[in-house]
Amino acid sequence: MRILVLTKPVPDPAAGAERLGPDFRLDRAASPSVVNGNDEYALEAALQLVEAHGGEVAILSMAPANGTDTMRKALAMGAQRGVLVTDAALEGADMAATIRVLAAAAAAEEFDLLLAGLDTSDGQGGAVAAGVAARLGLPLLSTAAAIEPDPASGRVRVHRLSAKGYDVIEAPMPAVISCTQALGAPRYPSLKGIMAARSREIVQRSVADVGDADVPAGGAWSTRVTAADAPPARAAGRVVRGAPDEAAREVVDFLAARRLI
Amino acid sequence: MPPVILAVAEVADGAPTKLSTEVAALARALAEAAGGEAVGLVVDTAPEATAGALATYLARVVAVTSPAVAGEVWAPHAAAEVRRLVDEGVTHVLVAATADGRDLAGTLSGLLGWGVLANASGATWAGDSPEVEASVLGAKAITKSVLTSATGIVTVRLNAIEATPAARPGTVEARAAADAPATPAAAVLDRVAESGAEASLEEARIVVVGGRGVGSPEGFGIVEELAAELGGVVGATRASVDAGWIPYARQIGQTGKVVKPALYLGLGVSGAMQHRVGMQSADAIVAVNRDPDAPIGEVADLFVVGDLFAIGPALLAELRARRGS
Repeated sequence: MRILVLTKPVPDPAAGAERLGPDFRLDRAASPSVVNGNDEYALEAALQLVEAHGGEVAILSMAPANGTDTMRKALAMGAQRGVLVTDAALEGADMAATIRVLAAAAAAEEFDLLLAGLDTSDGQGGAVAAGVAARLGLPLLSTAAAIEPDPASGRVRVHRLSAKGYDVIEAPMPAVISCTQALGAPRYPSLKGIMAARSREIVQRSVADVGDADVPAGGAWSTRVTAADAPPARAAGRVVRGAPDEAAREVVDFLAARRLI
Repeated sequence: MPPVILAVAEVADGAPTKLSTEVAALARALAEAAGGEAVGLVVDTAPEATAGALATYLARVVAVTSPAVAGEVWAPHAAAEVRRLVDEGVTHVLVAATADGRDLAGTLSGLLGWGVLANASGATWAGDSPEVEASVLGAKAITKSVLTSATGIVTVRLNAIEATPAARPGTVEARAAADAPATPAAAVLDRVAESGAEASLEEARIVVVGGRGVGSPEGFGIVEELAAELGGVVGATRASVDAGWIPYARQIGQTGKVVKPALYLGLGVSGAMQHRVGMQSADAIVAVNRDPDAPIGEVADLFVVGDLFAIGPALLAELRARRGS
């Protein structure tokens, strides 16, 4: 079974240092990069599927050239090889262009399943997997909490989280799946994995290499940021210490004053 | 050319979701500002009632009866209907920023090549495009963005606008479904309901959250009691979900849900950055934590330093006493 996983290098949310530059684009120097959290769940699911069924896990990223640093971590978890689409022409690319580029790059790979995180922690758009599936003419199985491929029948079954629980959905492979944390915690890279990752191949491709992605010249993306502001600061809060009864009264007074009870 | 703005509704129990009524109201507000037209779309096995309710907000609603969505996922079928309406002149598509809405937004962007403005927390018409406000980078920045062409897609978060009805109810136009889905549609074999997942976290006015400090599944007892007393919904942190005390559907934060309730009450929640990005825009934040240095204190309006198993029951008793008096 061949599985391709979309992995995006994102600023580390835990570091809390993400910011936009004066051009309203992500200031990549401000924050360390990590593999997007939801992509790690996708990768872990892919590794477990290949452990169960045999095969290969490859990763595909679109990022600046130093995206290889972050991709090494995904390789250290156990992915066998990587493809990085990197090109100055992609700086500031919007979602529609990202969809076209990733779909074109994925089309050059052979896979049974294409996995991606449900969304990314920086942009949080959550629509790239669906767009790639549409471009490739493949079924989308989204919001996955469980993935059960049946290589014999060539079909894959997914538990898709719903408002009330989950839906059991099924489609023929190849298929695209967007992955949630409910799939299970990602493994930590072993020392052996980290060593092995150093020698694993990351192929770099330019826009010209992937072709057919309709990347506009001069960064003329379909969306443009016109302003960026810090969110309004919260007023300093009050700290309550004291006996439980007194504290409870203070809380209820607070709720009553705000008409919350 | 004035824009034709389509609001795609989602159906829950034979009615538009609250978010869908807001999407409709936003489409109408944008169209009015742009001198254009707003249209609603419902794609369902029985769309009539939902379409009728949606016509409270819009002058024209297209109701597509789609038997296929009973047994197949919704987005590919909805995309086929949107594409027909695009052929008839629709220039902008507004969808809810939900699982189905995002699937539809991505599918449409892939098929049409249209730009996507994601997670609108508000939008105005700015000359020749919607200008959309959205929180990005884990709520570190609020951006305004526009489309650079005369077409595009917007995904809309809850509470972007108040869903006020139109002056006059609109008309509903019934249609049969397109011949085929726009993309291959996965089959739905079963729909499984899990207990505890019924109440919508995102739509809740009051959210009561149990973090690592609750210590056990039983520890959620006081969280549930307080939620019930306050008429709220129970939420969780990644730590309490990872520990297996409560289902993932309850998780608030980076890889869970984003909530914006009138009141967030956190018990034993430390306030890790990954959690705060899902709750820090709540109107009021009250936290109970033993650790006076817990980062939740940085965003709490009221931070009670103490043991949740002492404060929680006292709070419950005080609430009941106050109600009774």
